[in-house]
Amino acid sequence: MSFFISFLLVLAFGSLAYLGVESGYKLMFAAIIPYVAVGVFVFGFVYKLIDWARSPVPFRIPTTGGQQKSLDWIKTDYLDNPPNKGWTVGRMILEILTFRSLFRNTSMNLRWQDGEPRVVYYSEKWLWLFALAFHYCFLVIFIRHFRFFMEPVPLLVQGAEFFDGILEIGAPRLYQTDLIIIAALLFLLLRRIFDNKVRYISLLSDYFPLFLLLSIVGTGLWMRYFAKTDIVGVKQMTMSLVQFNPVIVDSVGAIFYMHLFFVSILLIYFPFSKLMHMGGVFLSPTRNLPNDSRMKHHVNPWNPPKKYHTYEAYEDDFREVMVEAGLPVEKQPEETPETKAEAE
Amino acid sequence: MANVPTPEELLKINYSMPDKGWMDMKPVFKDGNFCYPGKPDVIKEIGFPNPREWSPKDDDWQLPENWMEILHDGMKDRLERYRSFKIFMDICVRCGACADKCHFFIGGGDPKNMPVLRAELLRSIYRKEFTTAGKILGKLAGARPLTQDVVKEWFYYFYQCTECRRCSLYCPYGIDTAEVTMMARELLHLLGININWIMEPVRNCNRMGNHLGIQPHAFKDIVEFLCEDIEEVTGIKIDPPINEKGHEILFITPSGDVFADPGVYTFMGYLMLFHELGLDYTLSTYASEGGNFGLFTSHEMMKKLNAKMYAEAERLGSKWILGGECGHMWRVINQYMDTHNGPAPFLEVPKNPITGTVFENARQTKMVHITEFTADLIKHDKIRLDPSRNDHLRVTFHDSCNPARGMGLFDEPRYVIKNAVRNYFDMPPSTIREHTYCCAGGSGLNTDEIMEIRMRGGLPRGNALRHVQREHDVNMMSCICAIDRATLIPLADYWAPGVGICGVHELVGNALIMKGEKKRTMDLRQEELPGMEGE
Ligand code: SF4
Ligand code: SF4
Repeated sequence: MSFFISFLLVLAFGSLAYLGVESGYKLMFAAIIPYVAVGVFVFGFVYKLIDWARSPVPFRIPTTGGQQKSLDWIKTDYLDNPPNKGWTVGRMILEILTFRSLFRNTSMNLRWQDGEPRVVYYSEKWLWLFALAFHYCFLVIFIRHFRFFMEPVPLLVQGAEFFDGILEIGAPRLYQTDLIIIAALLFLLLRRIFDNKVRYISLLSDYFPLFLLLSIVGTGLWMRYFAKTDIVGVKQMTMSLVQFNPVIVDSVGAIFYMHLFFVSILLIYFPFSKLMHMGGVFLSPTRNLPNDSRMKHHVNPWNPPKKYHTYEAYEDDFREVMVEAGLPVEKQPEETPETKAEAE
Repeated sequence: MANVPTPEELLKINYSMPDKGWMDMKPVFKDGNFCYPGKPDVIKEIGFPNPREWSPKDDDWQLPENWMEILHDGMKDRLERYRSFKIFMDICVRCGACADKCHFFIGGGDPKNMPVLRAELLRSIYRKEFTTAGKILGKLAGARPLTQDVVKEWFYYFYQCTECRRCSLYCPYGIDTAEVTMMARELLHLLGININWIMEPVRNCNRMGNHLGIQPHAFKDIVEFLCEDIEEVTGIKIDPPINEKGHEILFITPSGDVFADPGVYTFMGYLMLFHELGLDYTLSTYASEGGNFGLFTSHEMMKKLNAKMYAEAERLGSKWILGGECGHMWRVINQYMDTHNGPAPFLEVPKNPITGTVFENARQTKMVHITEFTADLIKHDKIRLDPSRNDHLRVTFHDSCNPARGMGLFDEPRYVIKNAVRNYFDMPPSTIREHTYCCAGGSGLNTDEIMEIRMRGGLPRGNALRHVQREHDVNMMSCICAIDRATLIPLADYWAPGVGICGVHELVGNALIMKGEKKRTMDLRQEELPGMEGE
């Protein structure tokens, strides 16, 4: 259900762009919507980050995944149980660059052997692999696209293009990332559909970004490899966008506008969706804090007042029995007001 | 175990997902699948809202009139106070990596026991109440309206999470469903929805000093009684100081060690060790509870119960605090204590008086874990152990969730055990250390009325235990948690019959060579040592 709605939604967006451009609203799709999209994205992203940051982190609650720092001769697992900021940064870098937690993934299986149940665990790295592949390809493709927004084309962008096309297959040269990202996206989508657990938890907002990304990549590939869109024209248009003086080049076909529109939708959708995990992962308190509350004092900004049942109140409750049992007390029974009153 | 199916029946687990979407599935409350609610007088005494007689089986849970508003405001307040909560509500991508990591899902197959769905139970309401997309798009955005059924569902599933944090270890964003459960339970408390197995210990701990409500004179009697047992086994008479001022160390352990079998043997182990060292310490009846069931209710209650430790150390003029073998106690001490109730300038940085080691990692809390302390002693050759006295035992070690994933205490207890026994075997790697499985009775769920749920949740731990029993004839599982020492017994009886449960310092007590002791013919359980019978 969510699957089809997402699919239809993306289809509708595509048709909208196509029809819009065909009926002459080119400037709308080539400039106005992209500007709005970038604005929404930047504003929304920053707003969300600020909104998160506004809530304090009252306690250090890292999930510790290894030996704590304790006695000198016990080997500390610095990366999984960082005792200070430096190692925490290390943990975060590995988390963000290599998806380390996801690398731990296993799959559980209950089977029978010799008449006994066995809960067995298999290493399960596919999700990690394809997730990582997707994100890195996305990054490379993102960098490559700066060719359209910068003149002269920076070295980094040229380098990305060079290595991405190093196999030198076909003309225009085939970028490996183009293939891998499609494979990765398809894997993520098929996994969502065919793994019954993941299908059960999936929402519209899980399918939609996948379809959207597939459409973006799809239109992009179509332009590059099949439609052989007028690159020079495209660059003219994109440069004009950057210079805030948008122009329309007539030789550029509708497919480009669709591509751009999908990207705009992605930008607008981003800050309001789970895609914000991109920002959130940096702020996750179970990962970005050192395990050091026993070593260092931390302040909880809303620290509630210290109210507790005091020893005095406790002794008042039990003074007699404590004395009888020979336990030391602060006040002898005679001194309590009640016994005084009784004595009088 | 009454009302609990046999392992064969229980193992017919259906992991395939229902046809109906999860939003359309409602839990059915029947005896055995929920914990009894808190008693009105208990709730009243500790000042929690809406005390009343009620049962989860009732149609009407007698919620306060404006319960929706209370929940909305309670959520808003917590979103503003905990970044963790806000982030965890926003960034889950439903990748499902956590899905089969929860022992309750593994043992039961109920989809809502997948951590991701457990959190979605709350997240769907968050979306409806606090996000624009959720308000407008409703179900399409994964939102659903807040109804009494939702509240009932929360009660059902957030009391089927032991806050063990196993899911959070595997989540690419560190989303900790335990943290979500803590929030959900706080919210439920606002409506007067809670369980007696947590609330009564909280009340007792607050007033009587410990969960079990042992009064000071009774506490002393029990300690004396255990000392008689020690004398019986070793010939040595111990008279531990209680509530005495001016001792260097205040020792605090969970009250389960003083009261419940087999915790008492661990407690005897502590006392024997301290006696042998000539340690200058005292016990306290006012702070006679290491555990903190407040952790399972609200942050404020956790703080309130925890505050007594420092208060008592200050009153008694101790220099530092030594803490016994307890799981969630150490989550509180490691991650919350100093922030809540510190700093404690009247204490000193803990220094082992026997070895001179300064416990730098406890520089701020001034509180040391007993296995850190004992490991340090052994390393410096300050105690003599005869591990052959534990030769009748083939031992494994259960990492308790809290010291594992909320602290990282792995090698200290293992070092101590390996010096106290000669036959030690770890369970399979995916079930120990940071990957450890819960006993399925943590976070206040160690009550007998939900025994079936506990046995289900106990499947992965029990199965790993059965593995080492089969492969290595393991007959004893040690642990450093008082809840474990209670919950693992039925678990082992059910999944790996024949394996006993003990604390680490019971093994130390057995092996400890004491000055002037008589020849040991019995272990601390007063069972004859093989080869020593009748001597
Ligand atoms: S592993 Fe984390 S992101 Fe993935 S479904 Fe579970 S909670 Fe969500
Ligand atoms: S914290 Fe533990 S019990 Fe709770 S959902 Fe996660 S794995 Fe399950």
